[in-house]
Amino acid sequence: MNLSLLIIVPLLTALCILPLKQLKQIRAVSLIGAFAQLLLCFVLVYAYIQQRKNGDVGTFLFEDNYIWYAPLNINYHIGVDGISIAMILLTAFVVIAGVLVSWKIEKLSKEFFFLLIFLSLGAYGFFIALDLFTLFFFLEIAVIPKFLLIGIWGSGKKEYSAMKLALMLMGGSALVFVGLAGIYFNTNSFDLLQIAGTNIPIEVQKLFFPFAFLGFGIFTALFPFHTWVPDGHSSAPTAASMFLAGISMKLGGYGCLRVATYLMPDAAHEYSTLIIVLACIAILYGAFATMMQTDLKYINAYSSVSHCGFVLLGIGMLTKTAIDGAVMQMVSHGLMTALFFAVIGMIYDRTHTRQVAQLGGMMKMMPFISTVFVIAGLCSLGLPGFSGFVAEMTVFMGSWEKADAFYRIATIIACASIVVTAVYILRATGKAIMGPVVNNEHLALGDANWNEKLAAGLLIVGIVIIGIAPFLLKDLIEPGTEIIINKVATLGK
Amino acid sequence: MVNEFLILMKQELVITFIIFVLLFIKLGKEELKNETLINLVNILLTLNLASGFVFQQSGRLFGDMFQTTELLTFEKNLLNLGTLIISLQSYNWLKDHKHVPEFYILLLSTLLGMFFMISSNNLLMFYLGLELSTIPLAALANFDLEKRRSSEAAFKMIISSAFSSGLLLFGISMLYGSTGTLSLTELPAHLTGDPLQIFSFILLIAGFGFKISAVPFHLWTADVYEGSPVSVTSYLSVISKGAILFVMVSVLYNAFLPLDESWYNMLFLISVLTMIIGNLFALRQQNMKRFLAFSSIAQVGFILIGITGQSAEGQASVIFFILIYIFSNLAAFGVINLVSAVTGRENLDDYKGFYKTNKGLSWVLAIALFSLGGIPPTAGFFGKFFLLLAGAGKGNYLLIAIAALNMVISLYYYLKVIKAMFMDANDNPIENVKAGWSPKLAMIICIGGIIITGLASGAYQYIHSLVK
Repeated sequence: MNLSLLIIVPLLTALCILPLKQLKQIRAVSLIGAFAQLLLCFVLVYAYIQQRKNGDVGTFLFEDNYIWYAPLNINYHIGVDGISIAMILLTAFVVIAGVLVSWKIEKLSKEFFFLLIFLSLGAYGFFIALDLFTLFFFLEIAVIPKFLLIGIWGSGKKEYSAMKLALMLMGGSALVFVGLAGIYFNTNSFDLLQIAGTNIPIEVQKLFFPFAFLGFGIFTALFPFHTWVPDGHSSAPTAASMFLAGISMKLGGYGCLRVATYLMPDAAHEYSTLIIVLACIAILYGAFATMMQTDLKYINAYSSVSHCGFVLLGIGMLTKTAIDGAVMQMVSHGLMTALFFAVIGMIYDRTHTRQVAQLGGMMKMMPFISTVFVIAGLCSLGLPGFSGFVAEMTVFMGSWEKADAFYRIATIIACASIVVTAVYILRATGKAIMGPVVNNEHLALGDANWNEKLAAGLLIVGIVIIGIAPFLLKDLIEPGTEIIINKVATLGK
Repeated sequence: MVNEFLILMKQELVITFIIFVLLFIKLGKEELKNETLINLVNILLTLNLASGFVFQQSGRLFGDMFQTTELLTFEKNLLNLGTLIISLQSYNWLKDHKHVPEFYILLLSTLLGMFFMISSNNLLMFYLGLELSTIPLAALANFDLEKRRSSEAAFKMIISSAFSSGLLLFGISMLYGSTGTLSLTELPAHLTGDPLQIFSFILLIAGFGFKISAVPFHLWTADVYEGSPVSVTSYLSVISKGAILFVMVSVLYNAFLPLDESWYNMLFLISVLTMIIGNLFALRQQNMKRFLAFSSIAQVGFILIGITGQSAEGQASVIFFILIYIFSNLAAFGVINLVSAVTGRENLDDYKGFYKTNKGLSWVLAIALFSLGGIPPTAGFFGKFFLLLAGAGKGNYLLIAIAALNMVISLYYYLKVIKAMFMDANDNPIENVKAGWSPKLAMIICIGGIIITGLASGAYQYIHSLVK
């Protein structure tokens, strides 16, 4: 299995779009490309499981290593473990759903699909990278498409949001760069495996861990650097919101885990209290801020801040179950939030409003869309049977393993936020979906088209499978988290 | 002897030959058409570029005054390439100009001066090359003959460069007084770090600082850049700065190595100031040329970080970055040059809605700005990354943290231009600009360079092997 295909396929798709003229051809090519990505990911999962069954116990499988900049010891080094495969699978699902919901886009459609596919390239590259330079390269590659997607096709105060997002994420990258440079000059390598094998002195770790963690944390809405999330997500066009919340925020979580925690475990111990405090603030603050929102997109954006707090909480707890939970939460939140943004986009396309007050009785005129909305909402508030419950439960179980009063209180605070979640989700659902019809013009509106149904269906399948059979995902990621937690446990003492 | 002379000085000789050809054409009875003349010069410059890659040989001439190594030949090639690109871009502006032969004679004289400056192994020789490269530039700045701003620019330029040359010469003379030599190879043995030497060294740095417009010696830059014709502005901000930086890095790394601690601190301070002030001023510019002028001041700040690395990686990253900078900045100037030549509009507000009318040019400008901002997959990302990495090699993480945050500020103003082009509406956008084959070729070279130089590591590895 050649992992570089994950970069080559999107690249070829994007290049194929360039010479095309007609909307039909452009979206056909995009869909074929996205479908090829999904297929490739299934093949990857299958090959990975086979390889593991055959007794391959390597940390990373399907490794490829080419020298890139020899004098600086920079390599193009790629490989995957269970965690990256889960992320890659998530990306493929969100990409194909994103292409499907953008079916009707007419303004500069060629540029739109080109940038969308280009964005996915960055995500794949990031998740398979085993060299810190390669990883950083793919992390930053997404800045151009994000900025342009929001600024050109967005709504509301789009220019402001695009600029804010680009600059805050660039600031995050700047911090990450300092962290990487610190690691590089103390280990003389950018190679993840080599660095993991060396013992970085604890003073060095303590100095550079905050840079790396904070930098990646900005990507995943670490309090108080979460402010790009609501603006960016709400102004972005539907597909871009799905990408941003579904994939881009996960780059941060993955980076916190793979680079900051895995490579500098001693410092992770030192700073875990602080991380937990910030995560709890994000969880609570995000939840309460959501209660005040009246715009559906803002509701989902602020709830993303809260949900991503669980990821950071899991990482901060540094127990195996909690980290398992954090990874599961990343996948679950990615699918759920992409579904949520997709369905909000569908409602907006028809009613041209996202204000909860102006919506009502959606169930009457668009039963399919309303059902999807309810499913996304229930997953968000953590109803058993959906992925949200599994992931959050795992994080709580993992957190409870820590016996100290501080950890207990943190866990209780995080648990309590679920009640708040239920308030805002049920309120929005009750008003917009179930309530009386507010605007009689809405009665004439039609239900979802085939492409929208397909997009929602794909994401729901993912959510339900994880919800019903969580062991599938858990078995996949477990070897990966075990290695991280072993490093934390052995070096941390 | 003659053979050696011919081979070692081949690039200088070709340039001199072109200058003489132009002189004879000017003196001759028949007037050539402008188009023919421009194409002729372009072909000859291409030949010179090709000649740079054959008969590579190192050696010294004129009693060790003049030296050539593979690295120096490569640096001259870069400058030659940049000049060629500018010449291709200026086609639209020059073809209606009355004094094309003079323009090229002056331009190539400055290039010749830079070649001598790069090849100098003696401070006097260096000074001669520097003057040869500066004085014709002032005349070039005045080449929009009917515009008053252009004359003003030329005047400001000649005064400030005379002043900086004076400082430089003062520094050189005191250095001679305290060490008894001007040869760059003999200098290190005589440098003891006594106060007089440090003082003369400060004067030297000030002279250099003027030429590369590092803060606090940058004040002449904006007015001169704004007043000069766009071709001259791009030449000033890319080629002329590049040449000085080439010299600066090799002089600091070789001749002044014994004083490394004092110049490290100086450069640290200058680079922080240059980045911050260049960025802050660039934020508020409305004229595109002024905007690029200030952004290029900030870029110099980043390059100085690479120089503070004091390692082979540092030197390689500086030269590599200048290569990328030539492509990126010239691509941006190319678009502005073309638009200014055809429509006469140069303000940021004019570029609102540019994407609706000029898709291709918008993408060229956008890619160039992304590269200047250091966003992958453009080469600018690699360039900046290596510069900062080289700087971090000294363990000064404060410096690179400041630099990394400055990258965020600089991204803001680059994105502002991109926002204007792609997102803002405009009732009166710039009409569709048709580029001839020659500016198009220049843009293709630049964009190709921006995309390939970083992703393929060949260029960096070649430079690194030369530096070692």
